[in-house]
Amino acid sequence: MDRVVSIEDAAAEVRDGMTVGIGGWGSRRKPMALVRALVRAGVRDLTLVTYGGPDVGLLVAAGCVRRIVTGFVSLDSIPLEPHFRAARAAGTIELTEYDEGMLYWGLLAAANRLPFLPIRAGLGSDVMRVNPGLRTVRSPYPDDTELVAVPATELDIAFVHLNRADAGGNARYLGPDPYFDDLFCLAAKKRFVSCERLVSTTELIESGPPQTLLINRSMVDGVIETPHGAHFTSCVPDYGRDEAFQREYADTGWETFRGRYLEGTEADYQLAVKR
Amino acid sequence: MTRAETCVAACAEAWRGDGAVLASFAGLIPQLGARLAQLTFAPGLLVTDGEATLLRDGLEEGWLPYRQVFSMVAAGTRHVMMGASQLDRFGNQNISCVGPWERPTSQLLCVRGAPGNTINHPVSYWIPRHSPRVFVEQVDMVSGIGHDRGAYEIRRVVTNLAVLDFATPDRSMRLRSVHPGVTVDEVVAATGFPLTVPDQVPQTREPTGAELALIRERLDPDGRREREVR
Repeated sequence: MDRVVSIEDAAAEVRDGMTVGIGGWGSRRKPMALVRALVRAGVRDLTLVTYGGPDVGLLVAAGCVRRIVTGFVSLDSIPLEPHFRAARAAGTIELTEYDEGMLYWGLLAAANRLPFLPIRAGLGSDVMRVNPGLRTVRSPYPDDTELVAVPATELDIAFVHLNRADAGGNARYLGPDPYFDDLFCLAAKKRFVSCERLVSTTELIESGPPQTLLINRSMVDGVIETPHGAHFTSCVPDYGRDEAFQREYADTGWETFRGRYLEGTEADYQLAVKR
Repeated sequence: MTRAETCVAACAEAWRGDGAVLASFAGLIPQLGARLAQLTFAPGLLVTDGEATLLRDGLEEGWLPYRQVFSMVAAGTRHVMMGASQLDRFGNQNISCVGPWERPTSQLLCVRGAPGNTINHPVSYWIPRHSPRVFVEQVDMVSGIGHDRGAYEIRRVVTNLAVLDFATPDRSMRLRSVHPGVTVDEVVAATGFPLTVPDQVPQTREPTGAELALIRERLDPDGRREREVR
């Protein structure tokens, strides 16, 4: 029942070329400690499926990414992600650009073992032009409606970060939004949950109402305790976004930033950002 | 009264007649507009804090995580006022990238929820700087679809100069009103495609005294609105 592992163990499950789902949203509750571990591991040619934020920027800048599957990439308080922008302008990454709702539908389809789910979003837009593989379906009922058939977004591996978890992999969020972390886990073959605090099952149950127990242990292969592990994204109510640090990230050249913060271990990173 | 205050009231007008639908927005002026509409002539509107909490007159009244926003988009119970980096005469909108999509000269946000919004429910736009760079013949990437591509309804475009709508036979863009102090010629010159201009173009209505008091004293006492309109 004990599924506790290290971030290095979790990152080591990622092989070059895998499709990796990353939970959270923009610059909110991203599994940044796991992202940093992937940067250190130096994996290559990943396909990232994500509501993109600095997870995209770090992995793109580190040369880990071949393709991004997303509806947006943003740092929220800083609208545009600098490393993503640079990579797109340089033509060094591939992009599957979906409407945000299509990304949700693709994960929902994978979670339900369906080949696709129909949606209106995308029709008439250039999403159809830039994704020539996308197909439409017609309702078999008298309405005869034409809809986009969003293909299931199957993931090799999913990384999410929640506020609390137990050693078995039951986990809960304490902030205002679950985002889509449950679906990322359900859509993936291997699932890793990092958390602010590893607690006993009793303490987990007592820490909030049952509805916020987003993830149960059937959805998880490994649990990692990474205090401050979503830094510099927000992880309310444990902490808000580190706006000053995010600004530094956005304004600093990659090699300088990497040298300053990403050369050592996660513990070194946490020490460096406290200074 | 300032131009920004006229713009806030003009944005609020976009939601007039909407019942219990989610009023979403990108930018401060549309946010103030939605809250002003909720406080005055559109009390049924649902307004969020920009994250997952529904606010009524600044106080919490409900919960709306992203997954539920997508359900409201699909159900059509929403009217969003988005921004646009480019907009054409049928209301096709681009927030994705400028230049060829394969290798853009400027990567922006990607399409976000624009395709789903525009096909499912009313959409309006807020343009803080009305210029031919925004109002283009053809957008580089159709993020939000226009009326010639099956949009549900593009209701209003509010800019720092004017209010535009699509009340023409082919549902292309029309000048609805110019803000006090702005001429029709200025708007035409700042628009990069032929605009339908009625013989008589009214002036955008000025905010009422009660609306001004709400904007200045309650919604934006620090005057942040003035920085969004230049």
